[in-house]
Amino acid sequence: MGTTSLPNSPFAALNRGLLAYVALTAYIVVTSALMLMNTRTSLGTDVLFILFLLSFLLLYRAKVSNGYKLALGAIMLIGVVPYFGTMNAYYIELAIQAGIFVALALGLNVVVGFAGLLDLGYVAFFAVGAYLWGIFSTDQIGLISPGASPVSSQLFYLFMALGLFLGAFFGVLLGLPVLRLRGDYLAIVTLGLGEVIRVLAVNLDRPINITNGSQGIKSIARPPLPDFLRALFPGLNDPQLYQLFIYALALLVVGLTVLTVFRLKNSRIGRAWEAIREDETAAVAMGIPLVRMKLMAFAVGASFAGVMGVLFAAKQQFINPPTFDLIRSIGILAMVILGGMGSIPGVILGGVLVTLLDLQILPRIATELSALKRQGVVIPDWFDPAQYQRALFGLLLIIMMIFRPEGILPDQRRREEAHATEEQEALVEVETGEAKPA
Amino acid sequence: MALLEAQNVTKSFGGLTAVNNVSLTVERGSIVSVIGPNGAGKTTFFNVLTGIYKPDHGSIIFDGASIAGQRPDQITRQGIARTFQNIRLFNNMTAIENVLVGMHARLSAKMWQIIFQSPSVRAEEPRARARARELLKFVGLEGRYDELAKNLPYGDQRRLEIARALATEPKLILLDEPTAGMNPQETLEATRLIQRLRDELGLTVILIEHDMRVVMTISERISVLDYGEKIAEGKPEEIRANARVVEAYLGRGATAGD
Repeated sequence: MGTTSLPNSPFAALNRGLLAYVALTAYIVVTSALMLMNTRTSLGTDVLFILFLLSFLLLYRAKVSNGYKLALGAIMLIGVVPYFGTMNAYYIELAIQAGIFVALALGLNVVVGFAGLLDLGYVAFFAVGAYLWGIFSTDQIGLISPGASPVSSQLFYLFMALGLFLGAFFGVLLGLPVLRLRGDYLAIVTLGLGEVIRVLAVNLDRPINITNGSQGIKSIARPPLPDFLRALFPGLNDPQLYQLFIYALALLVVGLTVLTVFRLKNSRIGRAWEAIREDETAAVAMGIPLVRMKLMAFAVGASFAGVMGVLFAAKQQFINPPTFDLIRSIGILAMVILGGMGSIPGVILGGVLVTLLDLQILPRIATELSALKRQGVVIPDWFDPAQYQRALFGLLLIIMMIFRPEGILPDQRRREEAHATEEQEALVEVETGEAKPA
Repeated sequence: MALLEAQNVTKSFGGLTAVNNVSLTVERGSIVSVIGPNGAGKTTFFNVLTGIYKPDHGSIIFDGASIAGQRPDQITRQGIARTFQNIRLFNNMTAIENVLVGMHARLSAKMWQIIFQSPSVRAEEPRARARARELLKFVGLEGRYDELAKNLPYGDQRRLEIARALATEPKLILLDEPTAGMNPQETLEATRLIQRLRDELGLTVILIEHDMRVVMTISERISVLDYGEKIAEGKPEEIRANARVVEAYLGRGATAGD
């Protein structure tokens, strides 16, 4: 991630004046073109895809006008990525997954990063949204209330809105019992509540079959493909069109999420959350209603997960409880922390990075190692690269937290917090150093 | 009618009665001090007045309405603001953001209005920032708006805490040891600032203070607490002459020194 320190690096010279425009545009054009010319799933394409994604980071850091940034970003997100996706479905699937998790990470960031409430059960709200659409769009609804038939897939958008409100409702519901708790205690209770939701999903197949238990729900409806998409891309088949469609929906939700989170952060409400995070007692003494603001953070955070859950169910067309386990919650938390707690660009980066690591980079390393093994390179039998993927992920987290505890793109203030202890230690050293000669 | 009337307020923690049957009446526009040795219950009394603790007994009437047992944020909304003995700023927020947090209850932006950036929100935000800058100017922090609270010098942090309290638009402001840890020059400036709170803003002030010069200079009335009980109340000169106070708090040197 050397590019994050762009201003201090040898590349700094490239990031000035007109040259910044030229260098940035050249980088984007070259990586986009190379990627579009190499569409076969392979290590090379993976590398190109990552180089292409890096251009978003460059875009963020580049000293060019905001309008230009916006235009380039839009071309890449609305043009290059979907076009590439039509040539190789694997990569658009990756982009959709990344989008889903970016929205989840942004939602969790409201609770953890803004309000400072450590929530280890966040995936529960994702599950609520997913099961909402899963149950109502399939025959499952007939098992709950005999005679009822699945809702029309036309109602998908309505259910996205319902997912938003149901997510918020569950956010408040799970927030209520933990209002008095802070820090470690809060983390444990939210962990428990998150598990409760998953266990309910496993066991609510009796006495009334609501969730179909560990079997999960199959053949979940997708929203009907808009006719204009077919008309716009006559050359594409239905699966391709569907992927484009889901990609567009995910992008839309992420876009709205970013906008909402950004506006809330820079408002009376965002400031109140931050004040609560800093000092609860002082915050109430300033007239901030603690209960209401905390519940609002839980509700807002959970609502994004609710919407994305609905979209996720439609995309997968199949959901089952293990999708919503504790590891998933922790994964989302890792995105928030890795990217930079409280920082919106950081959390977006964290979401994309962890998704890529999970679905692309680590599996790719494993396949390449296996391929080397087949070619006769000595890799001991006990070392199965596929099994060690998660270990590598864990190692990365550890290294990250040691060397950059504030995350990759930290919120300016968080950076100060993370380094405050270092400063204090340095101060102590200085003081003791001065004390000796005196 | 008095602005604040606390009657027979009692607060105990387990076996310890921190505030025992204390009554205090504060007239509008006055500056009143609460003094007493360490552990006398002064800060606990403040915490009861501001709702951090609920009183076990007693009534508190503020501006004609009972506030005993209300939540701190509700009491702040009704017009009581405070500062803390150990400065409790939002350290990682800037000076102006600290003041903006203080305005929370006086701003009206609802979540939906913020998300859709309604015209009222777009008008309110710059207005709030302008007001926050005015308040910072008033306490003498002009030009330090964007500095992180924790990077401000000690005296300025005390000022910022007062600006933040003022942002809640109080009628009554409670200052808990506003000059603690200050050098004589800073103490003098702080004393002037407290007087301006009353003279220019028309606020009523209650302060807890250990610096007797400050207390005697600016208070119109003084209440003395010892072991949770009020042992004396009166004008500065009366308190100075009160034998029980001298014994409990000022010590023998105080009268001898005069």
